[in-house]
Amino acid sequence: MIEFKNITKEYYGNTVLKDVSLVVKKGEIHGVVGENGAGKTTLMNILFGMPVIQETGGYEGEMLIDGKKINVKSPKGAMDLGIGMIHQEFMLIPGFNITENVKLNREITHPNLLSRTVSQKMETLNIPPMRKDTREALKEAGLGIDELLPVIGLPVGYKQFIEVAREIDKAGTDNLKLLVFDEPTAVLTESEAEKLLDIIRLLAQKGLAILFISHRLDEVIKVSNRVTILRDGEKIGEKDSKETNIMELAELMVGRKLKKLEIGFKDKSAPMNQSVLKIRNLEVDMPGELVKGIDLDVKKGEILGIGGLAGHGKIGITNGVAGLFPARGEVFYNDIPLPLNNPFTFLQRKIAFLSEDRRGVGLLLMESIDTNIGLTAFYVNSRFSRTHLGIKYLNARELRNWSLKMINELDIRCVGPHQVVMSLSGGNQQKICIARALTMEPELLFVSEPTRGIDVGAKQKILELIVKLNKDMGMTVVLTSSELQELRTISDRIAIVHHGKIVDILEPDTSDVDFGLAMAGIRRVEQ
Amino acid sequence: MKKLTSLFLSNPVPFIFAFLCIVGLWIAKIPLPVFINDMVTRMSRNSFLTLSLIIPIVVGLGLNFAIVTGAMAGQIAAIVVMELGLKGLPGFIVACVIAIPLALFFGFSVGKLFNIAKGKEMVTGFIASFFANGFYQLVFLFIIGTSIIPFKNTTILLPQGWGVRSMVDLINIQYALDSIFRIKIPFGRFFINIPVITFLVIAGLCVAINFFLKTKMGQEFKAIGQEPHVSHIYGINVDRNRIIATMISIVLASFGQLIFLQNLGTVNTYASHEQVALFAIAALLVGGATVKKATVFNALLGVLLFHTLFVVSPQAGQKLFGQPQVGEYFRVFIAYGVVALTLALHAMKAKYSSSS
Amino acid sequence: MKEQIRSLVKTVGIPRLIILSFLLLLLVLALVTGMDVKRLLTDSMVRVGRNGLFVLALLLPLKAGLGLNFGLPVGIICGLIGLVLGLEWRLTGLNYILFASVVGTGLAVIAGYFYGVLLNKTKGQEMMVGTYTGFAMVSLMCIFWLLIPFKNYALIWAIGGKGLRTTLVLPAQTAQFLDNILSFKLVGVGIPTGTFLIFAIFCLFIYVFLRTKVGLSIIAVGANPLFALASGIKENKARMQATLLSTVLAALGIVIFAQSFGFIQLYLAPLMMAFPAIACILIGGATLRKASLIHVIIGTILFHTLLTITLPVVTQAVAITGEAGDITEVLRVIISHGMILYALTRKGGD
Repeated sequence: MIEFKNITKEYYGNTVLKDVSLVVKKGEIHGVVGENGAGKTTLMNILFGMPVIQETGGYEGEMLIDGKKINVKSPKGAMDLGIGMIHQEFMLIPGFNITENVKLNREITHPNLLSRTVSQKMETLNIPPMRKDTREALKEAGLGIDELLPVIGLPVGYKQFIEVAREIDKAGTDNLKLLVFDEPTAVLTESEAEKLLDIIRLLAQKGLAILFISHRLDEVIKVSNRVTILRDGEKIGEKDSKETNIMELAELMVGRKLKKLEIGFKDKSAPMNQSVLKIRNLEVDMPGELVKGIDLDVKKGEILGIGGLAGHGKIGITNGVAGLFPARGEVFYNDIPLPLNNPFTFLQRKIAFLSEDRRGVGLLLMESIDTNIGLTAFYVNSRFSRTHLGIKYLNARELRNWSLKMINELDIRCVGPHQVVMSLSGGNQQKICIARALTMEPELLFVSEPTRGIDVGAKQKILELIVKLNKDMGMTVVLTSSELQELRTISDRIAIVHHGKIVDILEPDTSDVDFGLAMAGIRRVEQ
Repeated sequence: MKKLTSLFLSNPVPFIFAFLCIVGLWIAKIPLPVFINDMVTRMSRNSFLTLSLIIPIVVGLGLNFAIVTGAMAGQIAAIVVMELGLKGLPGFIVACVIAIPLALFFGFSVGKLFNIAKGKEMVTGFIASFFANGFYQLVFLFIIGTSIIPFKNTTILLPQGWGVRSMVDLINIQYALDSIFRIKIPFGRFFINIPVITFLVIAGLCVAINFFLKTKMGQEFKAIGQEPHVSHIYGINVDRNRIIATMISIVLASFGQLIFLQNLGTVNTYASHEQVALFAIAALLVGGATVKKATVFNALLGVLLFHTLFVVSPQAGQKLFGQPQVGEYFRVFIAYGVVALTLALHAMKAKYSSSS
Repeated sequence: MKEQIRSLVKTVGIPRLIILSFLLLLLVLALVTGMDVKRLLTDSMVRVGRNGLFVLALLLPLKAGLGLNFGLPVGIICGLIGLVLGLEWRLTGLNYILFASVVGTGLAVIAGYFYGVLLNKTKGQEMMVGTYTGFAMVSLMCIFWLLIPFKNYALIWAIGGKGLRTTLVLPAQTAQFLDNILSFKLVGVGIPTGTFLIFAIFCLFIYVFLRTKVGLSIIAVGANPLFALASGIKENKARMQATLLSTVLAALGIVIFAQSFGFIQLYLAPLMMAFPAIACILIGGATLRKASLIHVIIGTILFHTLLTITLPVVTQAVAITGEAGDITEVLRVIISHGMILYALTRKGGD
C-alpha cells in the first residue's frame, strides 16, 4: 500500500502541489486525471525522486510504503524501494537489443577472476538467462517478437510494450510494489491501447498497486478502480470509477472556482463581423503539439480565446502562424495571403506574437531591457534608426526614451532600461515581452499563455493590460491559454481544440460541462 | 560484389585510404620487404596508443585528445627510469609502474573537467593537453636538475646543469620489450623483424578491451555512451563511469607511449608526446571509426593504413613533384583533414538527428 | 566599503586582477633592477598594435554564439597569399599593404563563405571543427607554398630553387610602414601610431556595426536563436555574416602583423596563431556567452604586455639564462591554455 500524505511543492514561489493526499492499495488501479499544470507530473517526479525536485528545494509532506515512511532521493532509490514507472518519453537505449534494455542495470552476471579480485563490476554478462527472462516478460506483455532485436528500428507502440515488459520482469525478480503509467496510451493505436489496458489489469491482479495517469477520461474510467482529480495543484475529489462518468470528471477537471477577475466585459454591441485573419487547413509540425487542419476566422476588434488540453494543438496554431515552426495551409490577413514559415513578413504586416515560452523565445535574458524592447522593431521596421554616411544604425537615445516610456506605462519594476532582464521577476519579464510587442505597433496580437508562471497578483494586471489594448487601442487579440477561467474572463469567443482540430467555438458563459466535453473532443449538442 | 558495395557505402573512409595507399605504393616504388619491415615496426609501435582511444568513445566522450597527458606520464616515467639507471625489461616494468599513478591522476583530473564541460569534451581535452604540456615544460626545463628535483644523470640534463635535454637517449630501455623474443624472416635480400612479445601485448589489450565490453561495467559504458540521461534514471552512475573511462584511456596511453619509446630508443622530450593524440586519432578514424563508434578492428586497420600512407607519402612526393616535402606536408594534411572531416560529419549527423 | 570592493572585484574579474597585480609586480621589479622600462613598454605597445586585429576578429563569432573561432588560420592564409603575391610583384610601402589587404580580403570573403557554410552545418561542434579545418587548411597551403612557381628570387630557396622560404623578409620601405606613420614618443615610450589608428578604426567600425541591423541580428542569434527566429532574423545568415567578417579581419590582421613584424612566416607558422588571440579576449574578460569590445582591448593590452615584460624581467631577476627554452614561452602556454580551459569549464559558460 502506497500513501501520499499532504504533499506540497513549490517552484520558485509558485505552489504547484498543495496538500495532496492519496492512497493506492495493493492490486488497485488508481487513476489520476487533471489538466496540464494540475500537478500530475510533479507528483510523479516526487514519487520517483527525479533530480528536478531536489534541485528546486525538495517538497513537504511524506510518502509511505506499507506504513513505513520513505525518502526517495533518486530514481535509483525509487526503484530500490519497489517503485517502477513507464515514462511518457521512452527510457530506452536505442542501440541495445530488447534483452539489454529490459535488463538495463539489472543484468544477470557471473563472476570471474577479475571480478573476484578487482571489482564486482567486472563480472561478465550471462546472456542466456537474461534472454529467458526477457522472453517470458515479452510473452506476458503480449509482444511476440525476438528478444534480440535492436530497439532502434521498432515502431513506437512496441517500444511502449518493451517498457512494460521491463516492469513485468522487475515484478518477477525484484520487489516491485507500485507501477506508475504516465500517459501510456498517448502514442498507441486504439487496439494497442486496448491491449495495454488488459496488461495493466493483469498486473494489478498480480498484486501490484498501479497509478494510471491520463487525460483520456474514457480510458481512466474503464481501467481504474478509483480516480483522483487534480486541479491547480489541489486534489478536487476522489471518485469510484463505477459511480462517475466522463462529464462529471470533465467538469471537475476544468471548472474553476477561482475568484472572478474584476475586469469588465467588453461592450458586446459593437459589430464584429469582418474577418481580419482567416486560417484555412493549417497544419503545423511542432514537437508535442498536434495541428491537423485548422480552420479559424478571427474577427476584427475581438479577443478570441483558444483553449484545449495540452498537446492538442492550441499552442501549435499560434506558433505555426507566427512562423516559428514549419506549417502548411493558407492564412489570409486582411484578405491578402500571409506567407507561412516567414516570421519577418508576419511582423512586417503588423502582427505581433507573445510566445508562451517567455524565457526561451520571448527574451534575450542576458541583454538589457532596451535591447529586448527595441531590437525587433529596429530590425523589422527600422524604428529607432538613424543614418550616417549611408550606414543605418540604432539610435540608442531614441530607444532609451521609448523604453523609459514603456517602463512607466506598463509599470515595469526595474532599476532602469539598462538592467539585464534575467534579474527581473516573471511578471515584469512578461511586461517586457508586451512592451516589445507594442513597440511593433501591431494591429493583431497573438498572446500565448500570458500568465504562465506568474504570481496571482501580476496575473490580473497582465490580463487587464490585454483588455486595455483591445478596448482602447482597438487591437485584435488571439489569446491562447490552458487556464479556462482566464479565457472565459476576457475573451469574446473561445475556440476549443482537440486532437489538432477545432471542436467548437463557445461563448464565455457556456456551462462547465460543455467546455469539459469540448476539451474531450465532444461537440455540444444543439438544443 | 553487392556485399562489397554496401560495405563501401556504409563506411567509405577505409576504402578511400586503402586506394590512396595502393596508389602511393605504386608511385613510391619502395622495395616490398623494406616496406613490410617498416610497417611491422610501426604497427608494433603505434597500435597500443590507438587502442587506448576506444574506451572513451564507447562511453560517449568522443575522441580523447587528452591521451597526450598519458603520453606525458609515460615520458616522465621513462626519464625517471633513466635517472634510476634501471635497465632492460625490469626498467621497462618499473617505468610502467611509475607511469600508472601519474596517469591515474591525470585521468582523474581530465575526467573531472570532462564532467564539468559536458558536450564540449573534445575541445576541453584538446586544450587540457596543451595546458598540461605547459606545466610539463615548466618542470622539465626549469625545475628538474635544480634542488627541487635533483637529477644526477648528466646525460639527461642540459650542459647548464639543470633542465632536461630536448633529446634523451633511452639506451637503458631500448627494445626492452621488442628484444625479448624476436623472429627474423628472410625476404629476398632483407629480413623482416617481428617483435613477438610486443605484438602479444597488443593482442592482449585487444582481447582485454573486448572482454571488458562484455562485463557489467562495459555494459554500463555502452548505455551511457548512447543515452546518458536514461542511464542515469536507471541508476547508473554516469559521472563516475565517465571518469573511470578517462582514467583507463590515459593509463593505457602512458603504456602505449612507453612501448613507442622503447622501440624508438630516444625521446624528444618536448615534442614526442605532442602529436600523439593527433596521429592516434587520425589512425583510428582512417580505420573507419567515428566519434561515436570504434572497435579494435578499426584501430588496427587504421594504424596499418595511416602509417602506410605515412611511409609512402614522402617518396611519392619525391617521385611526383621532385620534392619529398610535398609528401611530408601531404601526410600532415591527411592527418588534420581526416580529423576535421570526421568531426564535421559527426556534427552534421548529430544536428540531423536532433532536428528530425 | 566592503561591498564596494567586492563589486569592483566582481566587475573587473579575478583573473584580470591577478594579471594586473603580476604586471605591476614585474614593473616594480624592472624599475628596481634598473632595467630599461621605457623600452619594455615600447615593445608592449608594438605587440598590442600588431595583434589587435586578430583579437578583434574573435568578437563577432563569439557574439553570434559560434564560440571561440579557432579557425582564424583560414583567414590568415588568405592574407598571407596577398602578402606573398605583393612581394612577388615587388610592390612596396603603402601600395604593398593596400594590395595585400585587397587580395587578402577578396580571398577571405570566398574562404569565409565556405567556412561559414561548414560551421552552419556543424552547429554545436564549431570549435572543434574550426580548429581542425584551420589545421587542415594550413597544411594544405604548405603544399602550395612548395609548388606554386614563384619567380622573385628573394622569395625562393637559394639552393634547389623550388618552393618559398619559410621566412620572407619585407623590404625596408615596407617593414613597420604603418607603425612609423605619425609615430611619436610619449614619456620615452614609442607609440606605433599608424597601426594603433588602424586598430582604432576597426574597433570603431565594429562598434557601429554592432548597432546596425546586421550587427544586432548577430547579437540576437548568439544570445537566443529562438528570439532571433521570432524577430524574423535568419540564424544561418547572421552566423555566416559573423564568420565572414571574422575571416576578413583575420586576413587583414596578418597584413598588419607582417608589416609590424617585418617578416612573413609561412608553412606551419599560422597553425597556432588563433590560440594567443583567444587567450587575449578571454583574459580581457570575455566568456563563451558574453564578449565585448572592451574585452578585446583590455585583453590584448594585458596579455601582450605580460608577454613582453615577463621574459626580460624574469631573466634579470632570477638570473636564468635559459639555453633550452624560454620561460615566457612556457608561461604563454600555461596562461593562454589555462584561460581557454577556464572559459570552457565555467558553469553555464558565464
